[in-house]
Amino acid sequence: MEEKIIVAIIVSAIAFFSIYAFTPILIKFLEKRNLTVKDVNKKDNVMIPRPGGISILIGIVASEITLYFFFPISEILAIIITSILGFSVGIIDDKKTMGGWFKPLTLAFCAAPILLLGAYDSNLNFPLFGSVQIPSLYLALVVFMIPVTGNTINSIDVLNGIVSGFTTIASFALAISLFVLQNYEIGIACLCLAFASLAFYKYHKFPSRIFPGDSGAVMFGATYGVIAIVGGVEVIAAIAILPAIINSFLFLSSVKKIVEHREIKNPTSHTDDFKLKSTDDNHAPITLVRLLIAKKPLSEKQICNEVLKLATFSGILAIITAFMMGVKI
Amino acid sequence: MTIKIYSFIFTMWILILIGGGLIVTIIGPFSLGSIGGINPIILSGIKVGIALVLIFVWVFTLTKVKNWIFKTDVKS
Repeated sequence: MEEKIIVAIIVSAIAFFSIYAFTPILIKFLEKRNLTVKDVNKKDNVMIPRPGGISILIGIVASEITLYFFFPISEILAIIITSILGFSVGIIDDKKTMGGWFKPLTLAFCAAPILLLGAYDSNLNFPLFGSVQIPSLYLALVVFMIPVTGNTINSIDVLNGIVSGFTTIASFALAISLFVLQNYEIGIACLCLAFASLAFYKYHKFPSRIFPGDSGAVMFGATYGVIAIVGGVEVIAAIAILPAIINSFLFLSSVKKIVEHREIKNPTSHTDDFKLKSTDDNHAPITLVRLLIAKKPLSEKQICNEVLKLATFSGILAIITAFMMGVKI
Repeated sequence: MTIKIYSFIFTMWILILIGGGLIVTIIGPFSLGSIGGINPIILSGIKVGIALVLIFVWVFTLTKVKNWIFKTDVKS
């Protein structure tokens, strides 16, 4: 146990400090090459460097590779390869805007390492009722899970600090759940994601100094998804990201098709003091942010805080679910 | 509004717990033992069918709950 604690501290430190140190260098590099985008929720013409996914890639991969040296198991190898593939899908989308179906389809292929390495257990575990063996169905679930988590996490990358803050809270909740279930190796792998997103949050929080881009957001989601599968905590992982799932659910039930987020009408507009308010356009999609500002306009920072509170609430529900895994009716 | 979103998250959590119970108690032990000699692939197909029905019921219930919770705020 003592060895595992030391490993957890080492890889968490690598994940956190590599991003903490490298991101300012990346910001300067992107600014120099004019790789910036307008922050549409700021009054002045503020340009923000993008994509910060490169920094997140370095942090997650460096820490997970270090973890693999300590625990050379196929599950950690699957996490490393799937994370890199998730980043690759995102960076293509950063460079060239692809259609709505591009990410779900390509992310489905990102699940290949999990299947090829056999880094999964086809038992699906539920709280209170035990587990169910679904060998054939589970293969479909593996292929389905990475696009779902990748796109779901990416869909909440709408305001300063939301996606990185949200991933930090969800990952810490998932890591605690994995420790509760005594799955220490994958729990430590999840800590890498949690500390990587926490370090990036420092630069992404309001007012953002860098945007993760699709490469960062999709990689957060793909890494989260693969950890859920190899850790056998799919249900708990889904509960921890319920606010993001609600966002996707509301969006899909109002738009009724899969589209690239850049193609849709903006569900929000600005007040004179540049707070965000819900749009009057009935054809604009319903999103979590639109619901939060339905009654009164809120500032970008206030909205981010509300979303992070929702993430904390669902994170607590996820940890409660982990404790319920040991209880059988 | 925030309270409504919290209650929606809580409702989804309860639905997940109930859905998990249904999967474990219905789909898991489901077999057509009385027919005998049934191909496992056909049995898996039937299980997939039941799972899809359950997912449809789950999404339908969630949509109703969403409309009920957010009826005054969701106009789109």
